[in-house]
Amino acid sequence: MKYIIAIIKPHKIDDVMKALEEVDVNLMTVSNVLGRGRQMGVTEVYRGTKEVGSLLKKVKLEIAVNEDFVEPTIQAITKGARTGEIGDGKIFVLDLPDVYRIRTGERGGTAIG
Amino acid sequence: MNTGDTGWVLTSSALVLLMTLPGLAFFYGGLVRRKNVLSVLMQCLIILCVITLQWVLFGYSLTFGPDTGQGIIGGLDWLGLRNVGGQPNTDYAATIPHYAFMIFQCMFAVITPALIIGTYAERIKFSAFLAFTVLWATFVYDPLGHWVWGTGGWLRNLGALDFAGGIVVHTSSGVSALVLALLIGKRIGMERQHFAPHNLPFTVMGGALLWFGWFGFNAGSALSANELAATAFVTTTVATAAAGLTWALIEWQQNGAPTALGAVTGAVAGLVAITPACGFVNPMNAIFIGIIVSFLCYIAIAKVKSYFKYDDSLDVFGVHGVGGIWGTIATGLFAEKAVNEAGANGLFFGGAQQLLIQCMLVVVTVVFAAAMTWVIFKLVDSLIGVRVEKTKEIVGLDLTQHSESAYTLVD
Repeated sequence: MKYIIAIIKPHKIDDVMKALEEVDVNLMTVSNVLGRGRQMGVTEVYRGTKEVGSLLKKVKLEIAVNEDFVEPTIQAITKGARTGEIGDGKIFVLDLPDVYRIRTGERGGTAIG
Repeated sequence: MNTGDTGWVLTSSALVLLMTLPGLAFFYGGLVRRKNVLSVLMQCLIILCVITLQWVLFGYSLTFGPDTGQGIIGGLDWLGLRNVGGQPNTDYAATIPHYAFMIFQCMFAVITPALIIGTYAERIKFSAFLAFTVLWATFVYDPLGHWVWGTGGWLRNLGALDFAGGIVVHTSSGVSALVLALLIGKRIGMERQHFAPHNLPFTVMGGALLWFGWFGFNAGSALSANELAATAFVTTTVATAAAGLTWALIEWQQNGAPTALGAVTGAVAGLVAITPACGFVNPMNAIFIGIIVSFLCYIAIAKVKSYFKYDDSLDVFGVHGVGGIWGTIATGLFAEKAVNEAGANGLFFGGAQQLLIQCMLVVVTVVFAAAMTWVIFKLVDSLIGVRVEKTKEIVGLDLTQHSESAYTLVD
């Protein structure tokens, strides 16, 4: 199991969600975040919103998936979020040792989806 | 000159200003997405600035100035408020300063193009918005105002009744909004998702301020602090109460829950519908006008709009167009001379003729406003382009048109 964290441009969230639905990944957690990359937010002020100092508004997606879904998820996020310009974001892939579903007490791969 | 009348009309002028800003601005501002709220507030604010100047420079003269002879337009005698001053003008209001009448009417000229903001919200270029607004005020509002209200205006001479602007303000802006919605096209992403209002408390607050300000709009249109003003005040508020309650009940029956957005939309529809009738009908018939308008506007918004799939974003046509047309026709049904000697009897009081006049008034206004809006849109679109580029629309008008954001993520 992997835990995938993606930082994307706020206005690409619709396209990313649509691309994820196409590969049958429907569960995710989404939050508004602030951040900056190598350009320190400077060259991208117009497209993102300059918020505090050189921090820009971004959207963070967190998705837990079984191994079969890792590659499709990464491809879908890339497809939905890419504009080819600076500030498209990053995808981080982490190992996920275990998952519990609170309601049923299930754990591992069956609890993930 | 009467000090009570003057005090009431000046107070009413301030009340009508309040309808545009902050009333309408926050009513609309709450309904758009976070990234566009400032653009809507800014458009209302700038209309207040621009049309006030347009009005005193030449708009007032075109609308209310001495007729040029054919009943089509006012002359240029009052350009820059020349020959307009502190003394009363007996043609319009014999007991208040001419300035008071002029500035009261100014606030009407301001709010009318501001109502149209709701149809092109979230996708219009600010420069195009400015050009469209000034042209529309000059070539639609000013002539129409002259026809219906100006001394010598041809519709006024036919006996058309529009107490406070059901035709001149609401039908004209509502019909123009529908034409604009069709011309400018849908917002990006509308097919895929429902755009939820970003701040409904703003919308309820804006709607409440509209109701409050509308007392100036309707009761102020009596142009005196007299029994007619009191009649208009009462009919206005009872029609609004009936319409707000009716809309909530319709939703409750149709969707299982009465919503705050529905109730406030119904209240605004009630205000619109009673506007042309408020000084001619009795309060019980005003309640009836209010109940009916909520049914008509609900059908227009929930059924007709979703069937034809046009993007009149904040329902300017559905509320102001449909409500204004119903109010104008209802005036031809329920008007009675027992309420206002200067009015006429409608169909239910033996005056079938008045209903015909009111229907003709609607047809003339719909055709004129639609045709002129089409011409002005095509003109502005060919000169500067009406709609923002796709990426700018996606990023939002606040940032791309005004370089500001309404909300921050951290303190």
